[in-house]
Amino acid sequence: MTEDDAAVEIRSARKEYPSAAGPVRALDDVSLTIRKGEFFTLLGPSGCGKTTLLRLIAGFETPDAGRILLEGRDITDDPPNRRPVNTVFQSYALFPHLSVARNIAFGLEMLGRPAAETRARVAQILRLVRMEEMADRRPDQLSGGQQQRVALARALAPAPRVLLLDEPLSALDLKLRKEMQRELKRLQHETGITFVFVTHDQEEALTMSDRVGVMRGGRLQQVGPPREIYARPVNRFVADFIGETNFLEGVARGGAVHLPAGAALPAPGGAPAEGARITLTVRPEHLRLNAPGAGRLEATVAEIVYFGPAAHCHMKLDDGTPIVARLEEGRMPEPGARVGLDFAPGALQALED
Amino acid sequence: MTAEERRRARQGWLLSAPALALLLAGASGPLLIVVVYAFLEPGEYSGVEWKFSLEAWFRVLFERDIFDGTVRLADAHLSIFWRSVKLSLLTTLLTFVFGLPTAWFIATRPARTRMLWLFLITVPFWTNLLIRTFAIMEVLRNEGILNGALMRLGLISSPIQILYTDVAVLIGMTYVYLPLMALPLYAAIERFDMRMAEAAYDLYASRWQVLRKVVLPIVRPGVVAGSILVFVPSLGAYVTPRVLGGGKNMMIGNFIELQFGAGRNWPLGAALSLILLAMVACALTIYVRAAARAGADG
Repeated sequence: MTEDDAAVEIRSARKEYPSAAGPVRALDDVSLTIRKGEFFTLLGPSGCGKTTLLRLIAGFETPDAGRILLEGRDITDDPPNRRPVNTVFQSYALFPHLSVARNIAFGLEMLGRPAAETRARVAQILRLVRMEEMADRRPDQLSGGQQQRVALARALAPAPRVLLLDEPLSALDLKLRKEMQRELKRLQHETGITFVFVTHDQEEALTMSDRVGVMRGGRLQQVGPPREIYARPVNRFVADFIGETNFLEGVARGGAVHLPAGAALPAPGGAPAEGARITLTVRPEHLRLNAPGAGRLEATVAEIVYFGPAAHCHMKLDDGTPIVARLEEGRMPEPGARVGLDFAPGALQALED
Repeated sequence: MTAEERRRARQGWLLSAPALALLLAGASGPLLIVVVYAFLEPGEYSGVEWKFSLEAWFRVLFERDIFDGTVRLADAHLSIFWRSVKLSLLTTLLTFVFGLPTAWFIATRPARTRMLWLFLITVPFWTNLLIRTFAIMEVLRNEGILNGALMRLGLISSPIQILYTDVAVLIGMTYVYLPLMALPLYAAIERFDMRMAEAAYDLYASRWQVLRKVVLPIVRPGVVAGSILVFVPSLGAYVTPRVLGGGKNMMIGNFIELQFGAGRNWPLGAALSLILLAMVACALTIYVRAAARAGADG
């Protein structure tokens, strides 16, 4: 990647907040490059620092250390009103005393654009978010989904270099959220603006993003395309946070990982040090159920949970370790049945903690 | 209306009857006496003669020459009215200028310390208004704290006459009425969602534009409430102009008191009281209408 590709560059950003129990590190030496025109998602549980990082890019917070660059220009010390970056707030933060059209025009008016240009741009943006008929309404006369569109329109109207979205869909119900996810992708595609999206919803992150950055405890854990993060998580946290998975803990002996349940599994990625504790992971969809004795692992079925397109078969290894397999079709085993579990060698991964 | 609803309505009236009776007797009764007195002739030494007369209303605006009986506009009365309105408007403006940052400061403190700051605002109410006004007098008089400090600093060589001027009255009233502006402003700002300010700042508004275009329009109800709470008692202020303004710089309140005291003209005092009432009512109507219109325009 060349320098010209970078929309936002964060270099060793650190941020601490004072608290009763001493300073809390919200961002711990975070470095990240977001490319021009991509849909980038910051994903993590609450308190992981993703919103702090977004507010740092917007300019609402200044880093204790580190620099922030926008298309190569250092903007660390610029206030929010001097950054060509706009934010869609979680609560929308629409101006209640202004009509929809005046809300959308706000940024352009503050930039001192000519009235005629502003009017034309507002009309264009209203069309883009399909809210033409609502131009004269007040925000409190709109539904949640409509307010969401206005908040988007208001942030897009000044044509920012980067659009920041702080969990904008979290207040919507599931159906509307799915609709807005597609809508956001469409808007990003049509405007070509770089989107930085913050969410704690891993499914949302996987379906919408070009790339995802997974955060935890103020640190970036892994950055990559959704498929890569799902298929090759770098540690136990990422594997656990993205999708469902099984963890098998064992000890390395003679090039294999010996589980407490008795089975030995091939160590993925080369022979580990003798006696090392190893965590292995395998996704539920990679497990196949066989007859007892035919497979790498033996388990007892505990429960079948059916959820429409498939079912999850919850089982226990002989030492009590839980393990889940995804069953798409065929006969479901009865609870209490003994089964053999098999999987392709490539499906097994070793993780650091 | 069902029997149940009728019973509830009756119960409501019965429960509010004592309060209504008290209001009727306490507010309407005296007001009625004032209205009646305003249309009577003044008594020899005080009180009223029970004879109908419009003389009091005439005397509000005009005066007769004692010697030749010619009628002139009562300049002195008009200047008292003008001073009252001017000082009340300036007081409202100054309390707003000082009250807004104060309210903002308190509303943005952590919830724990906010109560302490609010409590501090109410501390002046613990002391009698007269005593507080005399304290201000001590600050402002020629040999007082302010002039003494300015002279010791070498900024002035002789004391500035502040006491017994309109400026002294303005300072005193601003001090006395500041909490009445700061508290409603605080209540409005405390409800204000700071993310609105962030959103405006994010959309290229300067700090000044954030205040003017977003914060003030949204906290408008607090501004209206504070302005009314300050302007109305300012217009009828009595103690502050009496102590700090001296005898010359009267406001309507002092002028009315004069008619019931040394002036011995109760009907004129009553007429002036009613005019003050009408001024307050007019000011409130104009202000609330203007505020509502500005709100509707956005």
